[in-house]
Amino acid sequence: MIPLQKNGASITCTELTVRFSGGFEALSDVSLEVPPGEILSLVGPSGCGKTTLLRVLAGLQKPTRGEVKTQPSIEADKGQIAFVFQQPTLLPWRTTLKNVALPLELLCKGGHASQSRREREAIAEQRLRDVGLGHAMNLYPRELSGGMKMRVSIARALVTQPSVLLLDEPFAALDEVLRDQLGEMLLQLWSQQKFTAVMVTHNISEAVLLSHRIAVIQDGQRREVIENLLPWPRDEAIRTSSEFGELYRRVSRALRGSEAG
Amino acid sequence: MIKFADRRELLLSITLVVGVAIASLISWEIVVWHFELPKALLPTPRQCFSAGVENREILFKGIISTGIASIAGLAVSVALGSLLAMLFSQSRKLRLALFPYMILLQTVPVVAVAPLLIIWSGYTFRTVVMVTVIVCLFPIVNGVTTGLLSMDRDVRDLFRLYKVGRLRTLRSLQLPSAVGHLVLSTKTSAALAVIGAIVAEFFVGNGTAYDGLGTLMTGWQALAKTDALIAALFCSALLGLALFGMVQLIAATILRRWVQP
Repeated sequence: MIPLQKNGASITCTELTVRFSGGFEALSDVSLEVPPGEILSLVGPSGCGKTTLLRVLAGLQKPTRGEVKTQPSIEADKGQIAFVFQQPTLLPWRTTLKNVALPLELLCKGGHASQSRREREAIAEQRLRDVGLGHAMNLYPRELSGGMKMRVSIARALVTQPSVLLLDEPFAALDEVLRDQLGEMLLQLWSQQKFTAVMVTHNISEAVLLSHRIAVIQDGQRREVIENLLPWPRDEAIRTSSEFGELYRRVSRALRGSEAG
Repeated sequence: MIKFADRRELLLSITLVVGVAIASLISWEIVVWHFELPKALLPTPRQCFSAGVENREILFKGIISTGIASIAGLAVSVALGSLLAMLFSQSRKLRLALFPYMILLQTVPVVAVAPLLIIWSGYTFRTVVMVTVIVCLFPIVNGVTTGLLSMDRDVRDLFRLYKVGRLRTLRSLQLPSAVGHLVLSTKTSAALAVIGAIVAEFFVGNGTAYDGLGTLMTGWQALAKTDALIAALFCSALLGLALFGMVQLIAATILRRWVQP
């Protein structure tokens, strides 16, 4: 049995500003705190700066001003930060197992260097079982359905047992049923590993089901952060509760308000 | 294993190609008969076939010589072109400085370069290969450079997230991504390789023991043996097709894993 790291890191963003070369300001003075082990959803209209914020958190985009701190201090090149993209981004020439093992192969520093290929594949195998794809290890991406590809992408992100998981509209390209199934799977994985997660989504229902708090972003600014006090564990049944409906309406109002503003 | 639908398509394709060939040969025969054209100007297909059978040994030797020169030139082009493309993919400045010279190399007429190469390298097999390389190199460099640089942004970000070095990114991501482009450009160059070798043989073969198809063509042209000349022309076309088929076969074997069947 592979031991699981159960300690997400806290994230503190202070006055983050990102201005692109053309002068467009994608983020303006965004300050945000994410406690360890929390799932925070970022919602807002297209082009409001959600993905830019996520890229800054991942270290893929340098902020023009402001800073991001994590406690304890973590680094992406040690596999402590992982990213799930909107598209599965699997390498077509690698099998499912080898795609999942890729981050372990790439991390030459940071504690994964000593792992043999067999050890790396054993960890990847476990992650694939975690996402229900134990039977698909030797398949190539072209042989997988859209939902399976996204499961592989999530397994790949979690293979390094990250403290922080960043997700950029991970289920946007999937149908409603698959989206719900993968959302529940993500919650299961989170309950085992307790990583800190920041997820960009356009789907209010998804944000309400999966997160502890929901941050509404508009014009590169943080407009509102809504506490989600729905009880845990959350499953399909919670969607029909009046509390779920109330929170859904509140987020929807906040989004419409931000759009009107 | 060819599937039923593919097999039907293949059969249809072969039938159409053979049909066009038969129709063309009949039309050709009729034109020569109707206009009573002299054999030295345009022989009939049957006369060309007889000339081919009559000169089969010398034609076979020509096919082998030109074939070896074409394959050698193509192989050198693939190796050298891939190496140059790898260099170009690593530095924008290098690309800006040297790529125009690659285009220049492509635009210089090979018939003008061949005599110069003979002065430097002599009436040798090596000169034929050098001319072939000049003809074949640009499509490979251009195609592979494009392949190395056209990575999916998210996949590139995945490698950036884990702070993977340039060489590792080249080895694990860029090179496998560029295989499709390498195959396509090699196919283009395969057809060009035979042209390059034959053009070189027009110059190299004169008065020497070299016996490529180009040499035979110049000899038969001087003797007004148009039927044999056309037979050699068909042999060169067949050689081009064979080389293209060989690349196609190698490509199908390599790419089988990650191309949708």
